[in-house]
Amino acid sequence: MNIRTFRIGGIHPEENKLTHEVATKVADLPKQAIFPLSQHIGAPAKPVVQKGDKVKVGTMIAEAGGFVSAPIFSSVSGTVFKIDTAIDATGYRRPVIIINVEGDDWEESIDRSDKIELVENHPELTPEEIVNRIKNAGVVGMGGACFPTFIKLTPPPTAKAECVIINAVECEPYITADYRLMMEHADEILIGLELLMKGAKVSTGYIGIETNKPAAIELLTKKCAEKFNGSSYQVEVVPLAQRYPQGGEKQLVDAVIRRQVPAPPAIPVNVGAIVQNVGTAFAVYEAVMKKKPLFERYTTVTGKKLQNPGNFLVRMGTPMKDLIDACGGMPEGDNKLLAGGPMMGKALTSVEVPICKGTNSVTILSGDDARRKEPQPCIRCAKCVSACPMGLEPYLLAKISEVKNWERAEQEDIVSCIECGSCQFTCPAHRPLLDNIRQGKSTVMGIIRARATKK
Amino acid sequence: MDFILSAVIVLGAIGLIAAIVLYVCSKKFAVYEDPRIGQVNELLPGANCGGCGFPGCGGMADALVKGADSGSLEGLLCPVGGTDTMNKVADLLGMAIANGEPKVAVVRCNGTCEFRPKIAEYAGLRTCAAMHACAAGETACGFGCLGCGDCVTACQFDAIHINTITGLAEVDESKCTACGACVKACPRNIIELRKKGPKGRRVFVSCVNKDKGAVSMKACKVSCIGCGKCEKECPFGAITVENNCSYIDFEKCRLCRKCVTVCPTKAIRDVNFPTPAPAPKPKEAAAPQKEVNASPVVKESEGKEEKA
Repeated sequence: MNIRTFRIGGIHPEENKLTHEVATKVADLPKQAIFPLSQHIGAPAKPVVQKGDKVKVGTMIAEAGGFVSAPIFSSVSGTVFKIDTAIDATGYRRPVIIINVEGDDWEESIDRSDKIELVENHPELTPEEIVNRIKNAGVVGMGGACFPTFIKLTPPPTAKAECVIINAVECEPYITADYRLMMEHADEILIGLELLMKGAKVSTGYIGIETNKPAAIELLTKKCAEKFNGSSYQVEVVPLAQRYPQGGEKQLVDAVIRRQVPAPPAIPVNVGAIVQNVGTAFAVYEAVMKKKPLFERYTTVTGKKLQNPGNFLVRMGTPMKDLIDACGGMPEGDNKLLAGGPMMGKALTSVEVPICKGTNSVTILSGDDARRKEPQPCIRCAKCVSACPMGLEPYLLAKISEVKNWERAEQEDIVSCIECGSCQFTCPAHRPLLDNIRQGKSTVMGIIRARATKK
Repeated sequence: MDFILSAVIVLGAIGLIAAIVLYVCSKKFAVYEDPRIGQVNELLPGANCGGCGFPGCGGMADALVKGADSGSLEGLLCPVGGTDTMNKVADLLGMAIANGEPKVAVVRCNGTCEFRPKIAEYAGLRTCAAMHACAAGETACGFGCLGCGDCVTACQFDAIHINTITGLAEVDESKCTACGACVKACPRNIIELRKKGPKGRRVFVSCVNKDKGAVSMKACKVSCIGCGKCEKECPFGAITVENNCSYIDFEKCRLCRKCVTVCPTKAIRDVNFPTPAPAPKPKEAAAPQKEVNASPVVKESEGKEEKA
């Protein structure tokens, strides 16, 4: 069988999926839950509660702050302690809502039963209604980027959606949250996919899974056949060869439907694809069929030195410390705490950072894994060029960013960089390529934005 | 002999024609250049360093003359020549002295390693911009000096350095030309161009932390907590507290140093004052310090003297 993958670049880091077969546990409720107001791409949410207000599980505590934004819902019941600042995943203190937890009292509108609700039994679900419910439930991309889901389902008039691709690749080492979700909630995910297809008015769906998850491929293929055979939808489970960064949406589109997304500002829907994470599909199911807004997620807590790494169903706002303690506490010695996996994750300076909508993993690297090696001079081996999944020249971009030649950086398409880190991973001289490129990319994007506003 | 004669005539004729053509061209296509540009250029140092932000001294001279025509030399400063050169230029152009008050770069952060303990280790690219973009830095303060020296790289005059003991950027006043390159380079806007002050004496809030008092105090023992004591104490209304951080307007400050005395965290610094006057002997002691009010109550500001 010819197993597909994306065509340009890519690397294969060590998997370290320590928690593959660890069944998901429900994490304990925190004593105090912290809700950052910017958990998504776009404008921060605006608080709609005040100090002293009583909230239930599922109460909206902040409304969307603009078109590209998402509301935030309380994951706990209790009293609003204060609206203040706290360190979030950016490393800086940002506005947050802090809630003191009292009991576990849910909003009555949420359906807490385990009954699987089928789309056929709900004729009221028009595409518009589905998109609206997704929007009002605060669903955002659960793979880490946190782009509001409803916007992806309503593409600009210049583009036409042809298919929905479910991103079940989980190419990042260590993380297993999506795999566990697939093994434990396959039916819900498929209904979520059906809702996404209906919402986007398409009839083709794909589920891309890497071959290191054979059980998930088998399970979903079987369930797909049961569910979609004879229906108006064509859904195919696509096994993909293991290759990082296959979970990047542009790479996934290339791997699954063999189409290249052009350089920014083009997005996957310009070639007809809407890419959604499995976690998002599950959240869509819960939001639409169970009227449950997004306040819980699957998160992996992992690390080689961690005593009992595991997968958790965790209420958002839970400090990472609670989860790390549930896994046996922080290992001794120097550790690096990451929100996300080792490739794309963001290093944090505090264990009090809460789990947010996009926190798919808490990874703890210890000892040598946590350190970088001393950078050496570039030997012009061009390994980074072969590894770059976007077809860029990382060594060049890093250098022109270092010397602040922004015009040249723009010409060399620095804004196409997806910051996957493949170049830095593969560099035999351990050069800080991505650090430099990131600097250049953000500066060039600033210049482009300034130019656009001037016009 | 004919050869010589004809050669002289022919060459002479060519020369004459060429001279006429050149003369006509030079009149016809003459570009008028303001003679002042040349004069200003003479006054500039001729280093062509670009420190002023223009491509060389010629560009600067052009900009100065244009500035004079539009009525202001605001924002134009030759960092190499400094105030002397600028005064000469202003005289020549018949303008008021453009940047009359000499300025100096001031690093507004007190957070030495001692007062602002490290809570993490940063392993990435060691530039302030990179560190600022990816996290709050190695300490708990998200506003203070990162100590990677982007300002050092930006300075063309070797006037700013990272002190290895304190981990903070320090300005060498004798070399600083107030060109503002470090101000632009600092991703956290810590460095400010402030009036140099008489004999280099100045008072400033050496902190830009906008967190609430309790939070900033936890991160750094000498941070501004925004208590507002200085604001109340200042007799000249020079101090404002905004976003939990105090700021002294150097145009209004009269260097009385009352704020330095009341500041509970010693976030306000006074530099280049004669070593803190011991318990003021009223009147006589006040005599040599002319700007200081009759009884300057100045407490010891331990460990804060800066090298002149």
